[in-house]
Order: sequence, then C-alpha cells, then structure tokens
Amino acid sequence: MRKVGVIGAGMTLFRRRLQDTPKELCYEASKMALDSAGLTLADVNMVVSGSAPDAFDGVHMKGEYYADGCGAYGRPYMRVFTGGGTGVFSTIAGWWHVASGLADVVLVVNEEKMSPCQPHAQSVFGHIWDPILDRPLKPNLVWIFAMEMNRYMTVHHVKKEDIALVAVKNKRNAVGHPCAQLADPNITVEDVLNSEIMAWPVNRLDISPPSDGASAVVLASEDVIRKRKVQDKAWVSGVGWCIDSTMWTDRDLVFPEYVARAAKMAYKQARIDTPRRQIDFAEPYDPFDYKELHHMEGLLLAKKGEAPILTKEGVTQRDGDLPTCPSGGLLGVGNPIAATMGIKIGELFWQLTGQAGKRQIPHEVRTGVAQAWGDLMQYGAVVVMRA
Amino acid sequence: MRVGIIGVGMTAFQPSTPAYNWKELMFEAASRAYADAGLNPRTDVDSFITCAEDYYEGFGIFDEFVPDQLGAALRPTCTVSGDGLQGLASAFMQIQTGIVNVVAVEAHSKVSDIVSLEGIVEQGLDPIWNRPLGAHPYMFAGLEADAYLRRTHTPGKALAAVVAKNRRNGLLNPLAAYGASVDEAQAAKSAERFAPLRMLDISEPADGAVVLVVASEAAARKLHANPVWIRGIGWASDSPTFETRQFGDAWYAEQAARMAYRLAKVRRPAAEFDVAEVDDRFSYKELQHLEALGLAKPGEAGRRVLKGDFALDGKAPVNPSGGSLGCGNVFEATGLHRASEVALQLRGEAGRHQVDGARVGVAQSWRFVPSASGAVAVLGVGK
Repeated sequence: MRKVGVIGAGMTLFRRRLQDTPKELCYEASKMALDSAGLTLADVNMVVSGSAPDAFDGVHMKGEYYADGCGAYGRPYMRVFTGGGTGVFSTIAGWWHVASGLADVVLVVNEEKMSPCQPHAQSVFGHIWDPILDRPLKPNLVWIFAMEMNRYMTVHHVKKEDIALVAVKNKRNAVGHPCAQLADPNITVEDVLNSEIMAWPVNRLDISPPSDGASAVVLASEDVIRKRKVQDKAWVSGVGWCIDSTMWTDRDLVFPEYVARAAKMAYKQARIDTPRRQIDFAEPYDPFDYKELHHMEGLLLAKKGEAPILTKEGVTQRDGDLPTCPSGGLLGVGNPIAATMGIKIGELFWQLTGQAGKRQIPHEVRTGVAQAWGDLMQYGAVVVMRA
Repeated sequence: MRVGIIGVGMTAFQPSTPAYNWKELMFEAASRAYADAGLNPRTDVDSFITCAEDYYEGFGIFDEFVPDQLGAALRPTCTVSGDGLQGLASAFMQIQTGIVNVVAVEAHSKVSDIVSLEGIVEQGLDPIWNRPLGAHPYMFAGLEADAYLRRTHTPGKALAAVVAKNRRNGLLNPLAAYGASVDEAQAAKSAERFAPLRMLDISEPADGAVVLVVASEAAARKLHANPVWIRGIGWASDSPTFETRQFGDAWYAEQAARMAYRLAKVRRPAAEFDVAEVDDRFSYKELQHLEALGLAKPGEAGRRVLKGDFALDGKAPVNPSGGSLGCGNVFEATGLHRASEVALQLRGEAGRHQVDGARVGVAQSWRFVPSASGAVAVLGVGK
C-alpha cells in the first residue's frame, strides 16, 4: 500500500442562496485547493467528487453535470455518495485511488447547493424514507433526530443545557473562520434553550443550517510529496467506513455502533489502540449538537455517556485536552452536506500544518480524526490524519 | 497484485417485475453470486459497493437501502453514483490498497417503477442551457448519431444490421428481455423517432440486478475459486456540455480504453480479444464504441457489421449476449451486466451464445444520455 498525504485544501463561503452555479462553486474550491498545493490542473491524474441528494441541486446525475467545474474533463472521474457521510467518505475514495497505485495526484471535490430546493431542503428529506413503512407517517429529519436525542438524554441522564454547550462552543469556535455562516461570539446556553422548539427536545439553535458551498482537497502519493518537497502535508494514516441496517426502528439509537466499527477499522490501520490518548483533536460530524457527543463516544474518544461530562469540564474546548470541532463545525460554519469536507478533512489539514489562523489549536497537535455521518442515521466514515 | 472475478450473479432481465421490489431483485442476484463464489457474505466479503443514481431509484438518498439484502449491514459499504463498471473499478482499487480482500459489486435497474422515464433523463440536462429547449433528451442521441454517420460515411443500413444482430443474439440468451427474430429490413422500416434513429434503434428499458464478487489472488486461492482476472480497467469523462464535447466521437471510451489497455498491456486490441461486450443502448453507439476501443478502424465499424464480422460466428463477435438492444436497457447495471457476460464467456459458461474458446474479452460501458462518461474492463483467464 502506498502512503498518501493531503497537500492542499480549499472551500467556498458556506451560505444560504449563493448565486454561483454548482459548476462555479466546484471550480472555486478546486482552484483554491490546487493553489494551496502549488499545483495546476495538469498535475492531476484523476478526480473524485462527492455530493449528497441530486434533488438538492435539482439535477439528475449531478456528478456528471458539474464535472467540468471539478476539472474532470478528459480525466478518469468518479462520484461517490453515502448521504451526509460523503463529507469524509469522498476522501476515502480519493485515498484508494492513490493508495492502489492507479493515480499519483487526485483532486477530491465535494459540492452541495441546498437552496434550489424550494421551499426548503427538508422536502427532499421527505423522500429518504421507506415508501411503505415510514413515508405514510410523514416523518422529517428533525423528528427522528429528536427521538434519538431524547433517547440519548434519557439513557445517560443528560440535561438539555449540557447538550446546548456544544452549540455554544462550536458557534464561538467558528468566529474567525472565513467561510462561516453562523459564527456567534456572544451566544449563550440560554440563547439555545430559549430558541424556537422544532420537535422537542430539539430547539432551532441545536441544529446546523442548510447551506450552499463546495470544498476540495488534493491527495498525493508519498513519491510525489517527496519529489516535489511539499512542506505542508498531512498523512492519511487510517480510513474506515461502515453502514448499519436500513431498518432504523430496529437499531439501538443510544450508541452509533456503525461509527465505532468504522473508527476501529481506521484505528487498526493507523495503529491506534488507545484513541483517547493517541488522538490529539477531533472533527466529529455535528449537524445537531447532541451528535457531536454521540460521535465522540462512537469514535471511542469518550466512554458511553461521558462526552457531555468532558464537554462540561472544558476538555473539548480549543485549548482543552481534546479540542473537538475547532473549526466551528457544522453548527458554526454551516452544513452544505457533502461540502462539509472543508471543515472536517480540510480542518485536519490546516490544523496539522499550522495554517488554521485564528482557529489554530494553541498547543502542538500531531494526530487528528475526522468523521462524517449520513444516510438514515446509519453511516459512519472515519479518517485519521497525522502531521 | 492480481484481482479476479470469482462470483457472478444475475437475475433475468424483464420489461417489468411487478412481483418483486428492488430489494428482492438485489437479493436474488447477490444470492446467486455468493453461491457461485461459494462464500458467506457475512464473514467472507470485506466490502460492498452499489452503483445507483437517486433519480432512477426515486429516493432522496438511495445508499440507505443497500445493506440488508446484500448481507452488508454493519460492514464497509458505499454507493458509487455511476455505472457498474465504475463500481468494479472501485473494487479493483480497494483490493489493490491491501485493506480488503473480497468485494461485492452490485448494480440494478427497477426502471419499471419510474412513471416518467423521459422526464427523469431530462432532469440530467443542463438547467440553464439545455432544459429550456424543451426537447426530448434522446434528441441529443439522434443528433450524435447523425453526426457520426455523416463523418464516417457509414450507411444508415449499418444501424439496422446492429439491431438485427443483437436482437437475434438475445434469442439465445435466457436472461434477455427483448430477444427477437428481427431482420434488417424490419429495423430499417420501424417508426421514426429521433432521426436518423428509429424505434428499433433504441433499447427498451428492463428491470434486473447484477452482482459480481471480486477477490485478490490470495483470497481467490483460499476460496478455491477459478478467477476471471481483471487484467486492466479504465474510465474517463468527456465534457458534460453537449456544446463543447467531441460530438460524434466516443472520446470517453477511447480514453478509458487507453487506461485499461495500458494496465492490461494490450497493444493490438483488434487482434487480442476473443469477445467484446460494448454499450449499444442506441444502435449507433455500438459502432462508435467499437471504433473508440480500436476493435474497428475509424469509420469502418458500419461496413464490418454489414459484412457479418461482429456476428456470433463472425471474425470478432460483439455483444453475443444480445447487448442492451437484446437484453434491455438496465441503466446503471449495464456495464456490470456486460462484464458478467464476458466473465461467463471466458469461463465457457455462456450457453447457447458461447463464443468458442474465448480466453480474453473486453467489456465497455457508457453512462447514457446526457453523459459523456464511460469505462472499459479487460478480462482474461489463465496466466
């Protein structure tokens, strides 16, 4: 297996109703990533893209449609799709393009435009359910996540205000992120608890916003990195992915077993046996504030039920012992589903190469883990990266 | 590291399958493939790949509905939004990295569930430049067929010859949905659709599922399998906009073939393949693809099909399975179906459409209107 490193990353603004077309967003992110890697499109052998439902952009086979924006014209090009998990999974697909020896330099581009979906992106989520068993109940995402959050709170005796601390931390961390949509330096737990109730126990500020945006990373083989003497690089040292059964009603909603299995796969490859000690910082997927806690436990960075305690003690703050979502996460920067790659893989790259600017973790970090979650609360994608 | 196909599973292709849902089709193909490979998916398969597009499936996130019927729950699984051959390429790469040994690749079509197929395909057109024209999306195939015929001076009756050949080959394939004793005169007289394409030039939709089990050489040996090796695989995309692509040429297939041939060390494709399965979802595509793959010289595919070179008993059999014209258009499963057919040919298990003594074959796919993306796999048995 060849060693693979991330050598460049880029992302567009995360905003509601961006005027750019999907092709233009892809172009902008790709250009930034290539510029940061000191490469041009001519250096790229293959292109991988990731994007979630086609219905957001309103284009069938949207991967084909925006391919030229990703620089895929005339190249081997492939799109992968694992719902929200795509935010980290496309990097795994890019990794196997290089690690297999088929490509030396791969550009990975993720795009999502949720605003063309009118009146709201939730209407697409009406079409993700089993047509016979679920759809007649007219569920939406907030509704099932409220059930999952409630179950987590009940089993582990977690208070709503302890979960709100995650939203407060991440929206404050996002201050200084040049792409952030919902950064707020002054937000308090009371603001979260007093925001509109969407489906109890979920309040509006517990949820990340729908966004438009794109992000890109450049992956290269060890040979290329050494030959070009690339300074800013972060090695991909472990990848893992896992899907759980479609039947969400049959699942234990308290613990994300699929994340744990994906994490174990990645940790084994990265030779990590005590994740809490060997991992310096984490970018778990946080579309809802309780999901960060849920995923920290799935990533084996906290014992079951322990994540809220670590959060309360300040361990997950940027200057804490285990900085978690130093980027500001989806809650602070925004949630253009697959394009969150910029705040997961991108943030790992920037933190590990000391390029995170105002978001830089004040102490030295050598190992980070990024994770995304998707499909019907059933997908885990995990990448471990090292300086 | 060599990678080979050790299990092939296909359902029959049918114009509609009201008795089954898509999960049952996937389950049937998967069961057949696992039985063929002699393995248990829950313990022996390390990774699962499905090739699907949301709009064809009628779901917001189709990836959700993949695991259970493949035996993939709580296992590494993913969706490639592409043709089945791109899924096969992903399996090839995953195995080459060394982190997995056995991968199951699935693709299917449940097109009979789609109420307005042309409306779905139309949603793939550029929303600013092409969709407002209000044209049927197959019009672009008609325009391209016209450009191809004019540029290569191919006689129109060559298209009818492709139709007659593939529909008749389909009669020999028990899985084919549209095998029929059609002659060239009938094909040439069928109703006009998107000039120069006529009704019989356009493959009819079909339901069905295909699963291939792929393994590393070491894993194949452990499972006592007799693999069909993936000697080379390649894929490529031309420009997504009609206005800027190499209209009339299957440039994507040429690029994909170049990559696959490089890996497989194929230098003279016309002389090295015993059998070819190429995309023929519109009759002209077969000719265009044969030229792109180097199986016919530029501009000569039409005259050679008229001479009978590509017939089942011809010099270079093409689409002995019946192709999409004979088996039906199974959308994202098309490429995987062709790879399966080549694998069966090389194993000598193709039944009545067997090409005698086939040892090396090529499968090629295209992602259908409106794309200009395709893939090529070179398969072989023995050393």
